[in-house]
Amino acid sequence: MTVCRDVGDLVARIPDGAKLAVPPDYGGVAVTATLALVEAGRRGLHLVCLPSSGLQADMLIAAGCVDTIETAAVTLGEAGLPPAFGRAAKAGTLRILDATCPALHAGFRAAEAGVPFQAVRGIIGSDLLRHRPDWRIVDNPFPEAPEDRRIVVVPAIRPDVALFHAPRADRDGNVWVGRRRELVTLAHAARATLVTVEEIVDTDLLAEEATAAGVLPALYVTAVARAPGGARPLGLQDLYDPEPAVVADWARAVAVGDLPAGLAAVRGRQAA
Amino acid sequence: MSADPRPIDTVPTPPHPREVLIHALSDLLQGCRNVAVGAVSPLPGSAALLARARSDGACRVTLLGSRRHTYFTDGGRELFDCAGQGRIDAFFLSGVQIDGAANINLTCLGDPQRPKARFSGAFGSAYLYFVVPRVILFREEHDRRIFVPKVDYISAPGATAPGVWRPGGPHALVTGLCVMAFDRARGRFRLRSVHPGHTVEEVLDNTGFDVDLPDSVPETPVPTASTLALLRGPVAAEVAETYPRFAADLFGATPSH
Repeated sequence: MTVCRDVGDLVARIPDGAKLAVPPDYGGVAVTATLALVEAGRRGLHLVCLPSSGLQADMLIAAGCVDTIETAAVTLGEAGLPPAFGRAAKAGTLRILDATCPALHAGFRAAEAGVPFQAVRGIIGSDLLRHRPDWRIVDNPFPEAPEDRRIVVVPAIRPDVALFHAPRADRDGNVWVGRRRELVTLAHAARATLVTVEEIVDTDLLAEEATAAGVLPALYVTAVARAPGGARPLGLQDLYDPEPAVVADWARAVAVGDLPAGLAAVRGRQAA
Repeated sequence: MSADPRPIDTVPTPPHPREVLIHALSDLLQGCRNVAVGAVSPLPGSAALLARARSDGACRVTLLGSRRHTYFTDGGRELFDCAGQGRIDAFFLSGVQIDGAANINLTCLGDPQRPKARFSGAFGSAYLYFVVPRVILFREEHDRRIFVPKVDYISAPGATAPGVWRPGGPHALVTGLCVMAFDRARGRFRLRSVHPGHTVEEVLDNTGFDVDLPDSVPETPVPTASTLALLRGPVAAEVAETYPRFAADLFGATPSH
């Protein structure tokens, strides 16, 4: 586990073409690190979202960093459809692997357990399945009801890198995530996990029994970097609320093709 | 003497059309023990909180996106695990398009490879539609662009071929004009009621699929004075915690904490 000098040093560990796993906009998004990826001109990313994304995906798509996105949805909440995502979808310049939330949870769960696939209910009869040759319908070997004969299986999702933002880490690289357990899942499934945090503390986060279960152990953490306000203008647990007006500023700017103004709106919240 | 000049038996302001909608959605949740509502869904969220307030503590509500109204501690997957076990009785879904077989489209218009319009995506619909017993479809706008003969893309299907486990599915459709019940055996909607101020003809003119019609179509019930008071009082304050702007606009409410 490495404590990086800064966020730029952290994202230097994400190569072009990486399969990069990220949490949803409400779950602890590393926005400062996303700006650093944009500035570094990263290319060819395969973004896999657990289970959806919003501002972060739109920033990376707008800046030309993403070839493929695998997600259940991309949304800016009340600010509506992410403009760069919508434009790239219509132009056919972005490969979109449409999923549904529990299929992504299932794929990550398979990777966590080190098994090749996981079964998931539903999906059969949807057009999602027609466009996902990697998802299969199999005969259920253990039917408990006569109508329970066919079920979908999805392959394990093993990202190269998981990237997220959390309230704090200790010097050993243990990371407090609280009840945002999808961050733990991301780290379990990924080959490398990079975390930005509000603060790095000198205490051992695993020392207290009462709080240890809310900690992602350093075992899964590759590197951390300090980035105060690193999820703004998105929210972070009980530390700060999302700022929908800033997200709307992003959407307005990028909808008219003004990426610099969109990035400036996001960057303007970083020092706050 | 009270500072409040209103006598307590004053007839309340007549229900706003959105209060009629919330009440209709809430009626469809009767008897549910566990209701979950997706993010950015203020009307279904209000309906679920009203159903809870009317249930005498029997109904549990989870609003995704709310820190206070959530019982989950296991991350994003817990809702789906919970629903897969049959622990969620009702959920709300919507669609950019919805057709007469209750297929919903949340994904795109036209060819998916080069869509004419692209939307957010399926979210959890392709799963929850199968495992939640009472899925209520809700779309406030009601026109032929939305209610089409056949959706361009099936994000989640209304019906499934035999041999697939499907305890759940479409229960009803609520729009700004009417309530339709879905008959799963026939795979068709049946008009149940039309909201005050609207007509059956208006519903049919604005619906692109065939709807079964009973001999007479009643008006959608409006909330009683006591239900309205509940909605505009404690329920509105709870709604304001997750949807402050919505609650202020509709109820003039502020958060309860």
